[in-house]
Amino acid sequence: MLGLMRRVSMSGSIPTSMLRQSLQRILPGLAILERGYSTLGKEMTVREALNSALDEEMSADPKVFLMGEEVGEYQGAYKITKGLLEKYGPERVLDTPITEAGFTGIGVGAAYYGLRPVVEFMTFNFSMQAIDHIINSAAKMNYMSAGNISVPIVFRGPNGAAAGVSSQHSQCYGAWYAHVPGLKVLSPYSSEDARGLLKAAIRDPDPVVFLENEILYGQSFPISDEVLDSSFCLPIGKAKIEREGKDVTITAFSKMVGYALQAAEVLSKEGISAEVINLRSLRPLDRAAINASVRKTTRLVTVEEGFPQHGIGAEICASVVEESFEYLDAPVERIAGADVPMPYAANLERLAVPQVDNIVNAVKRACFRSVPVAAAA
Amino acid sequence: MAGRLAGSRAARELARRMGFMGSFRAGLSNVGGGPSLPVEICRRDAGGVSPCISSRVTARPGGEFPRGKVAFVAEMEFLAELLKERINCYRVLDDDGRTISGSSFKEVSKEMALEMYSGMVTLQTMDTIFYEAQRQGRISFYLTTIGEEAINIASAAALTMDDVVFPQYREPGILLWRGFTLQEFANQCFGNKYDYGKGRQMPIHYGSNKLNYFTVSSPIATQIPHAVGAAYSLKMEGKQACAVTYFGDGGTSEGDFHAALNFAAVMEVPVIFFCRNNGWAISTPTSEQFRSDGAVVRGQAYGIRSIRIDGNDALAVYSAVHAAREMAISESRPILIEALTYRVGHHSTSDDSTKYRPVHEIEHWRTARDPISRYRKWVQRNGWWSDENETELRKNVKKELMNAIQISERAEKPPLSELFTDVYDVPTSNLREQEALLRQTIQRHREDYPPDVPL
Repeated sequence: MLGLMRRVSMSGSIPTSMLRQSLQRILPGLAILERGYSTLGKEMTVREALNSALDEEMSADPKVFLMGEEVGEYQGAYKITKGLLEKYGPERVLDTPITEAGFTGIGVGAAYYGLRPVVEFMTFNFSMQAIDHIINSAAKMNYMSAGNISVPIVFRGPNGAAAGVSSQHSQCYGAWYAHVPGLKVLSPYSSEDARGLLKAAIRDPDPVVFLENEILYGQSFPISDEVLDSSFCLPIGKAKIEREGKDVTITAFSKMVGYALQAAEVLSKEGISAEVINLRSLRPLDRAAINASVRKTTRLVTVEEGFPQHGIGAEICASVVEESFEYLDAPVERIAGADVPMPYAANLERLAVPQVDNIVNAVKRACFRSVPVAAAA
Repeated sequence: MAGRLAGSRAARELARRMGFMGSFRAGLSNVGGGPSLPVEICRRDAGGVSPCISSRVTARPGGEFPRGKVAFVAEMEFLAELLKERINCYRVLDDDGRTISGSSFKEVSKEMALEMYSGMVTLQTMDTIFYEAQRQGRISFYLTTIGEEAINIASAAALTMDDVVFPQYREPGILLWRGFTLQEFANQCFGNKYDYGKGRQMPIHYGSNKLNYFTVSSPIATQIPHAVGAAYSLKMEGKQACAVTYFGDGGTSEGDFHAALNFAAVMEVPVIFFCRNNGWAISTPTSEQFRSDGAVVRGQAYGIRSIRIDGNDALAVYSAVHAAREMAISESRPILIEALTYRVGHHSTSDDSTKYRPVHEIEHWRTARDPISRYRKWVQRNGWWSDENETELRKNVKKELMNAIQISERAEKPPLSELFTDVYDVPTSNLREQEALLRQTIQRHREDYPPDVPL
């Protein structure tokens, strides 16, 4: 029970699976009763999900260690690494000096020589100071060394816009990192995504860029027992259909999934059934799932928070045009952030990022502007 | 390892609870002087900490700031940008190859001495012949280590196979010392199917897992923080080994150099930073690279024990690296070695250094200051080597090299199947699709596919 109590103090709630196991030792007959407990309606914030994933992976593999600014004593700039310094000690949770280039290079070197670092960037905007190590030292190394040097490293941190943090704290780096062969790029939305994808990232032998979102950290999501199990893992490269629909496909990742779901709700009241795909993985991109959905619905709206040119939506559009052209009944619509560095003033910031209305309008354009497949000569 | 860490970690833990870092020396080695202050902890209260520090030092006006006590002075005095004299340079052999009287150095056996000498000769010969091969158009690129053979071979000789090497690109001698064959060098330069890099990198980007030598990477100085990370890994493992990283004078300008040195000192990891100060970064002389007294003073700035040595003196290099390694491992600390030397060759085959430096200067260093002939004199005076041995060695190495080049040149290039492997641990579906599509295309248009690329 001691382990259980420690868990309580850290995550603020008792994971159902542990509770069940502990009770079963005391009351064997509980097995009959427990079936009624399986839908306790548990919820977990994304922050707790990430923290528990890190904790479990560090516990399972002594080679996993954390590095970053403020991850230890301060409990993490966004409290994602809360309690881990106390639990694992300063050798496994390193508070680094302020040098992204330095600690990223050092993390990559440690990964070269057999450790499994999880490097935190206070925001991915700061990763630009370390991007040479991410791309030239990490992404390309397995290929350049012909498989002799693998780099089992995870780069994680908040990505994209928060609220009122202006242009140097708000850029989305999904397109930048997803561009590079050798990297895997993941972006969770829900707590289930956060847990499953982070665990998969840490276990993966390749370098993984893990794009979180500051606004989502505090958001709660319902969570099942399966997700709470310490062996839970999601496959890299597979998208999730968050909501099934038949009239239009909306793709999104991270915070925009929430917006897309809200848009789908609004649209359903107007008789449009939208299928929302949570990409989860930007590289590899689940082209199969996206194309299968588009072939079913015949219309596509891509949603992202980042700058429009050469963005994630552009790649999805190209993929669909290449593979499912004949199925499209309307041109692909792309919703993205405004093509300006993010402004600070709240009113301008609101105009610079996609809102639910923008998604709804795009879907309507895609639905009402349909072109017959066989154009009359 | 627990013992090695306990002192520093206990100290940090205590300091953390006292609210400021590193302000007392109990348990930490007291390098650099300064009195140790015994500390009594009075109490720990909620608002912070109020330790009572009693000092046995005679009272000098001073005050506490984060990180400890400093003495106050009334005179406003700026530290000079340069010390009156440059930091001294350690050497064992004079320019004529005689041991300087009173010099302290690590003795070498005859066997070791000869191994080192023949390594240096082999390296020099290999460089000359591969350089020629590039000039003849047989390989696309090469860069030589001429003038830095002592640094390469002698430093390698002082390390063990367990020590992990992170090179820049002018250190193939370390691979040579560890057992990389001339054939293996040639295979990489020709990018044939026997190349361990599967033809993925430019010539001279060697690497070998087996020999603990990390693949050469082109961006300058990125290997320096990598070495610190690997050293951290070694420390966690408790292994009796260190990481060693090499870089030139130019590399010390990169941000990575500063971050890595600073970090290594804070993390207390077993790493040797070896700076080959050879006077030139392509066409940039050191006078335009930095204004400090070389690289050695920068070690001290980061709290790192440092030394300047004569890089063209094989015995000095050997002794210094040997001592550095012992300190790095037993005390779990970084060491900086600055080896002064001269880059006799051009930066690479893409460079003609006569355009920016006088030919007589190059010739002077090639002849009068050559590390190989200097060491040879010492070896011959010991009665361990003769002119006949010399001719024999050079002839054999040259023959072996010519043979290796012929074999490499004729060997097949890597097959198409290696185009898509190793991007990831397991090829992703899009890569598998691309390969399948490519092979289908080849089947359909066999006559358009180049005959010299195996499938």
